[in-house]
Amino acid sequence: MTEILEVRDLQKHYKEVKAVNGVSFSVKEGACFGLLGPNGAGKTTTIEVMEGISKPTSGEVLYRGEPLGPRFRQQAGIQFQSTALQDFLTVSEQLKLFGSFYPQGLPYDELVEVCALKNFLNRDASKLSGGQRQRLLLAIALVNDPDIVFLDEPTTGLDPQARLNFWDLVNSIKARNKTVLLTTHYMEEAYNLCDEIVIMDHGKIIAQGSPDELLAEHFQDVIIELPQSDFNLAAAANIPYKVLEKVQPTVQIIASDVNATLAELLSKNVSLSGLQVRARTLEDLFIELTGKELRS
Amino acid sequence: MMKRIFAMLHARNIEFVRDRSSLAWNLVLPVLLVVGLSFAFSGENKDQYKVAVMADNLTANAQPNTALHPVLGIQYITFYGVEDKKEAIKKVSRHQVDMLLDLRRGENNYWVNSDAVNGYFMQQLLAASAGPKVTKQAVMGKKIRYVDWVVPGILGMNIMFGCLFGVGYVIVRYRKSGYLKRVSATPLSSTEFLVAQVLSRLTIVVATTMVVFAGTNFFMDFRVEGSYLDLLVVLVVGTFSLLALGLLIASRVTSEELAGGLLNMLTWPMMLLSGVWFSMEGAHPILQKIADISPLTHMLKAARGIMIDGQSLMDLYYHLGVLFVMGLVFIVLGAWMFKWTSD
Repeated sequence: MTEILEVRDLQKHYKEVKAVNGVSFSVKEGACFGLLGPNGAGKTTTIEVMEGISKPTSGEVLYRGEPLGPRFRQQAGIQFQSTALQDFLTVSEQLKLFGSFYPQGLPYDELVEVCALKNFLNRDASKLSGGQRQRLLLAIALVNDPDIVFLDEPTTGLDPQARLNFWDLVNSIKARNKTVLLTTHYMEEAYNLCDEIVIMDHGKIIAQGSPDELLAEHFQDVIIELPQSDFNLAAAANIPYKVLEKVQPTVQIIASDVNATLAELLSKNVSLSGLQVRARTLEDLFIELTGKELRS
Repeated sequence: MMKRIFAMLHARNIEFVRDRSSLAWNLVLPVLLVVGLSFAFSGENKDQYKVAVMADNLTANAQPNTALHPVLGIQYITFYGVEDKKEAIKKVSRHQVDMLLDLRRGENNYWVNSDAVNGYFMQQLLAASAGPKVTKQAVMGKKIRYVDWVVPGILGMNIMFGCLFGVGYVIVRYRKSGYLKRVSATPLSSTEFLVAQVLSRLTIVVATTMVVFAGTNFFMDFRVEGSYLDLLVVLVVGTFSLLALGLLIASRVTSEELAGGLLNMLTWPMMLLSGVWFSMEGAHPILQKIADISPLTHMLKAARGIMIDGQSLMDLYYHLGVLFVMGLVFIVLGAWMFKWTSD
C-alpha cells in the first residue's frame, strides 16, 4: 500500500505548552489509522494540523507527497470532535449545502443510503438524536466522496447501539477503499476498526503498529480474573505471579502459564468457581503505557 | 465559485426566514417606532410661533431686539437670527418656521407660507404692530411633519442594527460554535464565505426595509419628493457600508459577549449622533465632526436629501462616495483580518 499522508517531525507549541513535540508517522492508503492517547496527549492538535485547520509550529504534513493544498481540500472529508451546523436547516438541506462546495461528490441518494439518513431527511438538523447527528456529520464528511476521512472521536457520547451502528458505517467506508484516520478514547473501537494505531502521550508517540502486533510485542501473558470474595490475599501471598489487587470487584492475576497458575491457586485453596481467563486487550496496553493517573 | 457563494447565501437566507421571531421583530419594531413616534410628536410646536430674523449685524441663533422692529417684542414667539436666507425661506415653505423677517438695510421683506395657519396669524400680528413697513413675499410648500423627518432615521437605525448584529454577531456565534471551523475544512474560501454573508444580509435588509417603508407609508403617507430608485441606491450603498463595518468587527472576535459590547459601543453613539431622532444642526462642531465618521450619518443625510428635498444622486455624490469608500475599506480590512477559528 502506498502512503497517502505523511507527518514529518511535527511540532505545535502554545506559548509554554508543547502540545505536539516531534511526531512523525505515515498513513497507508486504504487503511484505518487510529490516533490514541489520554486527554491532553496532543492527538486532537495533531489531527487538526493534519486536517490543515491548524498551522504547525514546525514540521510538515504531506498529502500524496505534496504539502496540504487545494487538492487535499477537495479529497479530504472531516468530522470534527464537536461541530455546530447552521440553524433551521433540514438534514437534506445541510447535505446539499456542503455538497455544493465541491465540484463532484457522492450522489445524494447513495450518501443517504450509506449513512442511513432516509428516515429523518426533512427534520431540522438541530433536533436529531446523538446517533442521528453523528451519522449526518459523517455524511457531510463523505459528501465529496473523499479519499481520506478524518473522524475525531466520532462515537463519544453515543449509546452502545449507536456506537455499533457507527462502526458498521466506518467498516462500509473502509470497504470502499477509503483511508480512515480515527481518534477515539474507546480501545475496543480502535481494536475493531484500526489496521494501525499510534499511541501518543505528552505530545510524543509512545507506541506504533497494528493492534495485534503491539499486543504481541508488549504482552506474552493473559489475565486471570477471580471474584475478590473468593481470593484470600494473605493465603495467596506467595503466588509467584503479578496480582493486580485493586481492580474491583475482581482480583486480576497476570499469568504467562495459565495451567501452572491455576494449579498454584488450587494448592492455596482458592476457589476457581468464578474464574475468568482473558487475553490482554488494547485497553491493558493503553493503561500500561500511559499509566492510571487521571488526566485533565 | 458562484455556485458555492449562492449555496451559502441561500442557506443563510433560509436560516433568517425560518427564524420567525427574529423575522417578525425585524419587521414589527420599525413600524411600531414610526407609528408611536409620529403620534407622540404629532402635536409638536402647535402653539409656539417661530420667526427667523435677518438683520445687519445679527448672527445666526442670536436674539434680535425690538429696536429693529416692534413686532419683535411680542411675547411667546421665538425670534432668532439667521444668516442663510435661502435656507430660511426653505424652512418657511416646509412650515418649519412660521415667518422669515428680513430687516436688513434696503430689504424690509417678510416671507410666510400661504398655506400655513401660523403664518397667517404672524402676518396679522406684523400688520398690527406699529413698525416700519415690510413687504409680503409668499412662499408655497407642503408642511414637513416630524414623521417625514424621522422615518429615514428610524429605518436607518433599524438597518444599522440589522447589519451590525445580523452579520457581526452571527459570524462571532458561528466561530464560537465551531461552524466556521467546519466550513473552513471545505474548499469554500473565506472571501466566498464573507461575500455570501454580505449578499445574504444585504438582500434581507433591503427587502425588509422596503416592506416596512411601504407599510408605514401606506398608513402615514410621509413625504418622498425624490426618486424611489435613487432611494433604493442609497439604501443599498448604505447597507453595504454598515454590513462591511459589522464584518470588520466580527473578523477575529471569538466571544459573543465581547462582540455584543463592541457592537453596542458602535451603535449607541451612531444612533445618538447620526441624526436618527433629531437634527445635529446647531450641535457642537466637534460632535458634528464625530457624526461625520459614522456611515449612518451619510446614509440619513442622503435619504433625507431625496425624501425631503427631492435631491438626485448627483446632488448626493459626496455622501454616496463616503459610504462606498467606507464600505470598501471596512470589507477589505475585515477580509484581511478574518480568521475561521480562534487558534
